[in-house]
Amino acid sequence: MSDQPLLRVNAVTKYYGGRIGCDEVTFSLWPGEVLAVVGESGSGKTTLLNCISTRLPPTSGTVEYRMRDGQMRDLYRMGEAERRLLMRTDWGFVHQNPADGLRMTVSAGANVGERLMAVGDRHYGKIRAAAGDWLGRVEIDVDRIDDQPRDFSGGMRQRLQIARNLVTGPRLVFMDEPTGGLDVSVQARLLDLVRSLVADLGLSAIVVTHDLAVARLLSHRMLVMKDGHVIEHGLTDRVLDDPQEPYTQLLVSSILQV
Amino acid sequence: MTMQQTDMATYNFAYLDEQTKRMIRRAILKAIAIPGYQAPFASREMPMPYGWGTGGVQVTAAILGPDDVLKVIDQGADDTTNAVSIRAFFQRVANVAVTTHTKDATVIQTRHRIPEETLRKGQVLVYQVPIPEPLRYLEPRETETRKMHALEEYGLMHVKLYEDIARNGHIATTYAYPVKVEGRYVMDPSPTPKFDNPKMHMSEALQLFGAGREKRIYALPPHTEVVSLDFEDHPFEVQKFDQPCALCGAEGVYLDEVILDDKGGRMFVCSDTDHCEKRREEGHRGPLAAEAPEMHS
Repeated sequence: MSDQPLLRVNAVTKYYGGRIGCDEVTFSLWPGEVLAVVGESGSGKTTLLNCISTRLPPTSGTVEYRMRDGQMRDLYRMGEAERRLLMRTDWGFVHQNPADGLRMTVSAGANVGERLMAVGDRHYGKIRAAAGDWLGRVEIDVDRIDDQPRDFSGGMRQRLQIARNLVTGPRLVFMDEPTGGLDVSVQARLLDLVRSLVADLGLSAIVVTHDLAVARLLSHRMLVMKDGHVIEHGLTDRVLDDPQEPYTQLLVSSILQV
Repeated sequence: MTMQQTDMATYNFAYLDEQTKRMIRRAILKAIAIPGYQAPFASREMPMPYGWGTGGVQVTAAILGPDDVLKVIDQGADDTTNAVSIRAFFQRVANVAVTTHTKDATVIQTRHRIPEETLRKGQVLVYQVPIPEPLRYLEPRETETRKMHALEEYGLMHVKLYEDIARNGHIATTYAYPVKVEGRYVMDPSPTPKFDNPKMHMSEALQLFGAGREKRIYALPPHTEVVSLDFEDHPFEVQKFDQPCALCGAEGVYLDEVILDDKGGRMFVCSDTDHCEKRREEGHRGPLAAEAPEMHS
């Protein structure tokens, strides 16, 4: 890991009218690091993720990102064109519901190839080869390349969404409950896949989840949120094995033991 | 020319009132200034249903002068319902001269075709456009497509072409084939067959596009670069016909299929009726010309 952060979030606050979305959240993310944001429903996890990924402008606070040229840039001071380019090249966003992140009416190959075409790739054969390669890497049979995602199972859709995001070699991936809505065995396979991809590609990631098992498997560090505040943060193993805050203790102890 | 003055008194020249025509001309000027950009305008109700060329008619009404000579074609033909009724409309409300000869016309309103005869300087081609937004197929949100035009995000257009090749083995889009104008705006050339796309490129004539329901006007000024989108390994190409026109024997023109009987008999004839008639007057004959009844304009 480099000694300079990839992403610096400084006092990000979002109010929905008088209601708090998230309050004064500050942290940094280093290259190659996976950060989990955990907390119960309504604790502000998704608001925070949307603020950081420029999908929702925060009420106050700054989000800085280290561009490929090494410059630290304030995301909300960039032009919209540059920000959107960043979002579809250097970043990925994996939605909880794959239908939000995929184009359901075009083939799997076109879904994966879209980002390549967006950055100017104009060779059909090469785009198709890259799409086929990525389908293989997320364990989807290459002969499904011309099928539409609506013919895919939930787990396949989620894997397709991941391939679609990773095809441009992003450095930072946001994941919003990536395993939500999948059954347990599919979850396990998906987690295994994501973990190896993140390790192989040296990705940084911010994973929002309510599932502590997901956080344990994927992340190096974690933030625990409650009512819009970060109440505890630290290395994942430390937080889960030795929770300091009463709420975190409650959260950890409420995991079902089989 | 034989109209009575009392008939004319019920309409302003060319049907629309002067303020409306000024509004449309402003939109046209803006569209010409930014080739390929869809300029919004306050489209009016016209005495015809949407889909019958309300946009084209408004553009024609705004640019028509008393000295203009108007030609109206529908699918290349001067004698189909839409063409005949729009031509009659302007004869009635503007009292302008009309023609079916491409070379004599100063304003040509068209639905779907560009005449085979090369247009020259000073002519204006007015297209009737149903859906002006080329990105609509994959992006239903107007707010989003406007942003994509503004930021020049046109990757989606190639997703559509990719789908074509993945499903059919070649780019199967045969009409409304997207083009890039002057290296900037991606434009839908209205439902013209892609056969006509190359004719838009560097044309000497002014080309105006009017979409009445969608309230948009866009334009190609003379000598504008118009490039059809494609892939490096699947380049753009136009339709080819394996036989000449059955009536005039023309090759390298766009042909319509005509069913002759209920036993599978058919012939392919020029879609541009004026071009076909001209060639036959010049003595060209296709294989079925002798059997075909003589056509009038």
